[in-house]
Amino acid sequence: MTVYAAPGTPDSLMAFKPRYEHWIGGEWVKPIKGQYFENVSPVNGKPFTEVARGTAEDIDAALDAAHKAAPAWGKTSTTERAAVLHKIADVIEANLQMLAVAETWDNGKPIREPLNADLPLAADHFRYFAAAIRAQEGHFAEMDGDMTAYHYKEPLGVVGQIIPWNFPILMAVWKLAPALAAGNAVVLKPAEQTPASILVLIELIGDILPPGVLNIVNGFGAEAGKPLASSPRIRKIAFTGETTTGRLILQYASANIIPATLELGGKSPNMFFSDVADHDDAYYDKAQEGFALFAFNQGEVCTSPSRALIQKPIYDGFLGDAVKRTALAVQGNPLDTDTQVGAQASNDQLEKILSYIDIGKQEGATLLLGGERVDLGGDLSGGFYVQPTIFEGHNKMRLFQEEIFGPVVAVTSFNDYDDGISIANDTLYGLGAGVWSRNGNIAYRAGRDLQAGRVWVNNYHAYPAGAAFGGYKSSGIGRENSALALDHYQQTKNLLVSYSENKLGFF
Amino acid sequence: MIEARIAIPGETKPRLGMTAESIDLLRSLWRTHGPLMFHQSGGCCDGSSPMCFAAGEFLTGGSDVLLGVFDVAPAGHPEQLIDFWMSGEQFAYWSHTYLTVDVVAGRGSGFSLEAPEGVRFLIRSTLMDTAEPFS
Repeated sequence: MTVYAAPGTPDSLMAFKPRYEHWIGGEWVKPIKGQYFENVSPVNGKPFTEVARGTAEDIDAALDAAHKAAPAWGKTSTTERAAVLHKIADVIEANLQMLAVAETWDNGKPIREPLNADLPLAADHFRYFAAAIRAQEGHFAEMDGDMTAYHYKEPLGVVGQIIPWNFPILMAVWKLAPALAAGNAVVLKPAEQTPASILVLIELIGDILPPGVLNIVNGFGAEAGKPLASSPRIRKIAFTGETTTGRLILQYASANIIPATLELGGKSPNMFFSDVADHDDAYYDKAQEGFALFAFNQGEVCTSPSRALIQKPIYDGFLGDAVKRTALAVQGNPLDTDTQVGAQASNDQLEKILSYIDIGKQEGATLLLGGERVDLGGDLSGGFYVQPTIFEGHNKMRLFQEEIFGPVVAVTSFNDYDDGISIANDTLYGLGAGVWSRNGNIAYRAGRDLQAGRVWVNNYHAYPAGAAFGGYKSSGIGRENSALALDHYQQTKNLLVSYSENKLGFF
Repeated sequence: MIEARIAIPGETKPRLGMTAESIDLLRSLWRTHGPLMFHQSGGCCDGSSPMCFAAGEFLTGGSDVLLGVFDVAPAGHPEQLIDFWMSGEQFAYWSHTYLTVDVVAGRGSGFSLEAPEGVRFLIRSTLMDTAEPFS
């Protein structure tokens, strides 16, 4: 057990600066209107730094810098760009613990997560896209004996990226790594709830990238997000967030005729077929953990397995074990490596989760575990903590249909295969899903029948860089991770070449 | 507290209310941004929250339902009407609940106009006595 010291205290691995400006053109730049906003730590509910409150003027300055940098960066060899990405990955790894402390303080997540997941994955994503861009080949096709179509991948130019607050560094890296690998310059707006940890990272990696290739402007959606998303000077916008803003971003993109990729969340079903309980063995234990993963990152994961569907014959036994298992989850100081459940990222998130617990009770769902805000006492008393919560109910309840983005799972049963798939697919969303079965045929069929972009089969919440991630239905458009993500940051240039001296003969 | 005017044809009871704090905040936002609208969000991060925009900023269409219209003007003043919209497919799952627009301290927001004020609109829900939720 290790308890990391809070940022800025004598034994801490890091201290936040009292104030952060924008990162534009390879240097810190004051916000043009001179405004800053307080950044609150969910760990104790107290402000710990001030961050520049960007406006359209700052976005313009960042776009100027990006446009200045983009042509040369887009012409660098893939070898050079890959080397840059590898250096960034090395720096993340070398500063892993320090960055983990920053990430936990900004977001509230238990530090074992950034230490073992967020940051190792972030480093690996840079390495994956360094490899993917070097391995990428154009292709050609012979139209006939005298004509060949050559296809080249080219960068889009300057792109905009709007980042969510649930994995502030990793979600930025999901978008940055393919964009930079493909040779684009980026203007990135972090979430206003978690603006600081990415700035701690840029302090470390800022001089690895040429000035202007990556620009970070913080601020509020209405003041900084909108001017970025609606700018005619970006060639693409990427967004992770909710559906109304997703639609607004598509609307802005349509005005400029640019592509938008959107990741808008889900209400992911986690299906447990009855053969899961055939034996009380390591696999059963794994499936039980698979259920409890709804509380991972306090449920603030777009693919959180927030609907558990358990087949009738094993319903009581499996759920009983799962409730006991979840009750063991250790909630506490997020800086303690033994803590499994930390703080929700913001006060309004906490309030929203409590409002859903309330509607769940009103709708007649049965509360099996948790359901309350937690006061951890002492220095953590003002933090935003909610107990892992298990409700039993009906798939038509709002609890089952809306993304709560908290440590709340809604559980129901299903009869046979068709009933299970039908309940699982009865949702507006289709980002993630889980299938648990010892029978390979059932697991395969269910995996194919579930309408979701990512179906975890006999596992959950793994996010390797090489596996495509993205949504069906209202969960969004486009894919992140895997070489497919490069496509969203590249143009296709077709060079159609005639090797003949003969004219067409039309004129 | 105020209630929204009924906007869904054939319905006889309002589906929306608003707390006094929300009314004050909306009047203040109106002074800065002009006429306003709401669209109820779904999905991750700041989802499941009502988003407040300048009226007309968010394009609604045939896939959306107008749940009600608030008048946030003080008594005796000209109307300040605020439409409250939701996507039709989301409404299919929400229609049995009465929604109250409240406001809490917070940060998150998408592009909603109140976020820079350090507050966030929030929906509180109660079951409607006229609706049959799971029939």
